Amino acid sequence: MKNFLLVYRNDYNALPKTDRSPEEMQATMKLWMDWIGGIAAQNKLVDKGSSLAGGGKVVRPNNVVTDGPYTEIKELIGGFSIVKADSMEEAAELSKGCPIFATGGNVEVREINQM
Amino acid sequence: MQQQELIPHLFRTEYRKIVSVLCNLFGIDHIEIAEDIVSDTFLTATELWGLKGLPENPTAWLYTVAKNKTRDYLKRHTLFAQKIAGEIKYSSTSSEELDIDLSNKNIDDSQLAMMFAICHPCIPIESQIGLSLNLLCGFGAEEIADAFLTNKETIYKRLKRAKEKLRMEKVKIEQPSLLEINERLETVLTTLYLLFNEGYYSPSQNTGLRKDLCMEAMRLNYLLMANSTTNKPQVNALFSLMSFHSSRFDARTNPQGEPVLYDDQDTNLWNNELIAQGEYYLNLSSHGNQLSKYHLEAAIAYWHTEKQDSAEKWENILQLYNRLLQMEYSPIAALNRTYALARANGHEAAIIEAEKLNLNSNHLYHSLLGNLYAQINPTKALEHYQQSLALAKSVADKATITKHINRLGANDASINV
Repeated sequence: MKNFLLVYRNDYNALPKTDRSPEEMQATMKLWMDWIGGIAAQNKLVDKGSSLAGGGKVVRPNNVVTDGPYTEIKELIGGFSIVKADSMEEAAELSKGCPIFATGGNVEVREINQM
Repeated sequence: MQQQELIPHLFRTEYRKIVSVLCNLFGIDHIEIAEDIVSDTFLTATELWGLKGLPENPTAWLYTVAKNKTRDYLKRHTLFAQKIAGEIKYSSTSSEELDIDLSNKNIDDSQLAMMFAICHPCIPIESQIGLSLNLLCGFGAEEIADAFLTNKETIYKRLKRAKEKLRMEKVKIEQPSLLEINERLETVLTTLYLLFNEGYYSPSQNTGLRKDLCMEAMRLNYLLMANSTTNKPQVNALFSLMSFHSSRFDARTNPQGEPVLYDDQDTNLWNNELIAQGEYYLNLSSHGNQLSKYHLEAAIAYWHTEKQDSAEKWENILQLYNRLLQMEYSPIAALNRTYALARANGHEAAIIEAEKLNLNSNHLYHSLLGNLYAQINPTKALEHYQQSLALAKSVADKATITKHINRLGANDASINV
């Protein structure tokens, strides 16, 4: 078994702009919990990871610090998880059904090198 | 109580207490000597009480005789007495003055110290359970063998090896320090959890024995709660879980000893006191910010005390299983989670998830699929139930599956909780 990082990317422009009601947020939370729970039920979850807050800073050489990445850009990283699978194909298969697809996002699957 | 009932009863309640106190006094090297002295005490009781009738206070009599036998033993074995002199925590210089403290407090302290010594990571978990049953619960090898569905010789060997190992590792019987409590409480709780499960889910037909195992697990758990240093939230959570489960003890087997499925259970036989007790300790367990698997399992068990189906009930159970599986995978949690998914999100969604579980050799897996397909595709349901029947080992499991097969087509939704 190898570990794979799942990177969740969202197109924030495609997301509904209005504030969502607690019920809607709860419904989204359930989709994620059921999906992660499904991976855990296959004994293939290593770390459910986290979702990331919007906004941030980018630090570049020579102490250049800029705001960003801005949510205006397409495919902003919104969160990550770590799963285990025998192959890249299996890890990609696990990613199918991720709730992010419903809002136009995608999942990047990357094998984690063993140190 | 008549003498022939009283002695086994006292053996069950008092043997373990005196053994713990003596082990605490002698140290891990001499468990057998402690056991011999206490066994000898009971032998004397059987002989004398039969001839002279019962003493006024049988328990006090046992304590006095055990103390005298201990002093005699130390007198006769001066070498042994010298050897343990360093280990004895009392300031006495000669064995005559040796204070063998059989007060309730010292009994509780000694049993707690024994619990932490026995649940040492150097011996395998089944040995920890065996030794706990033997030394902390006063179960004989035969009863332990019955509970584990194995023979007496295997248990003898297992207990002997475990004691040798504890000796070799020089495990100390002492009040656990805070550090040790933090390090070993997890193992102690695992042992109690498995001890309880052994009783609750054991395929043994001996319901009396199974109930005893559960009661003993609860008693030892209670001991942890009675001591302020070990009374931690996860300890309360485990006690809550055991309380909820045991509330159904009388409802889940019929007078013939056959299992009664959850949906068929007569809720009048559920024990409301134990349910209330479970709720009380679940509330207590919510102090602090630590969430253990026992918290999640207790919360799931709480929802199962609500027989009425509701969307809220199954949604809550599903989310609790989702979190439980993130904390620790187990096939049984994966199967139960999928069942909850079926009740919360529908059978079609659950079948898709079930097919991914990769538990083909597990009879419960096929029972689950049989259940999920029952309404949608009875032919497929029957196939899975038959596979389940072929894989099941115990008589009780086979009977349950046969019940499901006979009910196919009727409205069947049952889990074994």
